[in-house]
Amino acid sequence: MGRIVLESVTKKFGNTEVIPPLDLTIEEGEFVVFVGPSGCGKSTLLRLIAGLEDVSSGVIKIDDNDATDLAPAKRGLAMVFQSYALYPHMSVRKNITFPLRMAGLSKAEQDERVTKAAEVLNLSDYLDRRPGQLSGGQRQRVAIGRAIVREPSAFLFDEPLSNLDAALRVGMRLEISELHKRLETTMIYVTHDQVEAMTMADKIVVLRAGNIEQVGSPLELYHSPRNTFVAGFIGSPKMNLIDGEEAAKYGAHTIGIRPEHISVSGSEGPWSGKVVVSEHLGSDTFFHIHGTGLADTITVRVDGEVNFKYGDRVYLTPRDDVIHKFDAEGLRIG
Amino acid sequence: MARAVTTQRKTLNTLIAWSIGFVIFFPILWTILTSFKTEAQAINDPPLFLFFDWTLENYAVVQERSNYMRFLWNSIFLAGGSTLLGIIIAVPAAWSMAFVPSNRTKDILMWMLSTKMLPAVGVLYPIYIGFVKLGLLDSRLGLMIILMLINLPIIIWMLYTYFKEIPGEILEAARMDGASLKDEILYVLTPMAIPGIASTVLLNVILAWNEAFWTLNLTAAKAAPLTAFIASYSSPEGLFFAKLSAASTMAIAPILILGWFSQKQLVRGLTFGAVK
Repeated sequence: MGRIVLESVTKKFGNTEVIPPLDLTIEEGEFVVFVGPSGCGKSTLLRLIAGLEDVSSGVIKIDDNDATDLAPAKRGLAMVFQSYALYPHMSVRKNITFPLRMAGLSKAEQDERVTKAAEVLNLSDYLDRRPGQLSGGQRQRVAIGRAIVREPSAFLFDEPLSNLDAALRVGMRLEISELHKRLETTMIYVTHDQVEAMTMADKIVVLRAGNIEQVGSPLELYHSPRNTFVAGFIGSPKMNLIDGEEAAKYGAHTIGIRPEHISVSGSEGPWSGKVVVSEHLGSDTFFHIHGTGLADTITVRVDGEVNFKYGDRVYLTPRDDVIHKFDAEGLRIG
Repeated sequence: MARAVTTQRKTLNTLIAWSIGFVIFFPILWTILTSFKTEAQAINDPPLFLFFDWTLENYAVVQERSNYMRFLWNSIFLAGGSTLLGIIIAVPAAWSMAFVPSNRTKDILMWMLSTKMLPAVGVLYPIYIGFVKLGLLDSRLGLMIILMLINLPIIIWMLYTYFKEIPGEILEAARMDGASLKDEILYVLTPMAIPGIASTVLLNVILAWNEAFWTLNLTAAKAAPLTAFIASYSSPEGLFFAKLSAASTMAIAPILILGWFSQKQLVRGLTFGAVK
């Protein structure tokens, strides 16, 4: 249960094509993350799968059945929204049992499932409260609870953590990952945060302007980005992209080198520049370096605490074995 | 020091607010007071404020001379009926404009509001003739329809702003949860919109109750509501201020009481969306 296939799916709003013909297969039990900058069509794609938007052409199959024209409720999918979308006039218990009521389950079965879900999500003490009396994290749990009681064939998450503060976001990220491990149900997760994508996904789908730029595991994307867009989007801090003479030395139009693959020294190295900003995180240090003649800013990440300050001249050495090469179209070479 | 200024300011603001409130309420208060005076005291110069011989005589006379209950019943029927009819038409209209808007929705809303800018007297003649031809003159049904129509733009606007406040994602969540259109409306939308519908109903009842142009011009005896009841004491009775006041007080009392007990709902309805 939970294999989703998109075949030549397109979506137009008026005359604007938001999703050009797109093919994608999501395997049973996979955790797939759609990632991309805002306006790239990732949420639209999710809503097409959910059935909240109609496709302009193409076919959507869920578990080998054509679901293209099925109503959202008939697709056996559950969705968690960015705004939680809880029913404000119902208690937590009523919110969670709503899909079961709609499905016509017996009262006993409703109670059993809601008790189980509440235990899993630490909501047992809040079942009789209204959503307005809960914190953001608790509301998000209720939304997840409402999704899991249905035992859907796949979960759809639409930027579920972007309304939470940073600390809570990390916690909920782990909870969702754990939930996936336990339920082993297909999950499709939309985010613009590449850290969420990298940490949670089995498979990442990078989107730009409705096009799939690359599909792969987090590490595949990290180690061999298919083009400069993916190279710049995946990884934090961003990969340094260098054009011109320096790139020509490597036989490429553009070369990419990740900040963690450059070493920094006060005395020797092929590249040099001045430190503009140094960010000390304790576990590692980021330097932003200007005046190298290679790119506006070169970012370097070094382990631990390294003391260079504003204005210091530093020398940089890239690790040759992990340099990414791209041609004039921005596509990966070799 | 700063705190002292704030306290002074607050006191001043409170005083000003109460003064303005008093000035606005004064005519109503004066009408109520006058209704308890004798005719001679009512036109006394200088006017008597509180110290006069309180009497219920005017009420007795008014009750004797005209059938208050009949007018009251007409008012209730017209206000209630036109509101109910208006809501039945306005809910689906506002619903579709809020949740399935088209390119022209904004224009339609503005056009509806613009009809409220037309002076009513401008269409009195055609509507009067129409009523005569259709045999609707001095009928409660005809008047109910007219009152519904003149308030319809306001009802639709109010409901529209309420429905707009309901996040679309909640309806989508219901759809994902397996709710049919009927379930979605019954279990999710309506419960969320009930405060809005309630204050719209309330405001519309008050507007219909107070309407005094069409109710006076299109009725004679049968369908006349309380507005006509007051009017009947103004012209033919000449300067009988005390009795006119008693009639007015009787006419406005029901709506004043209703307004008093529902002021929270009303204020919320009128300022909805402005403060969040």
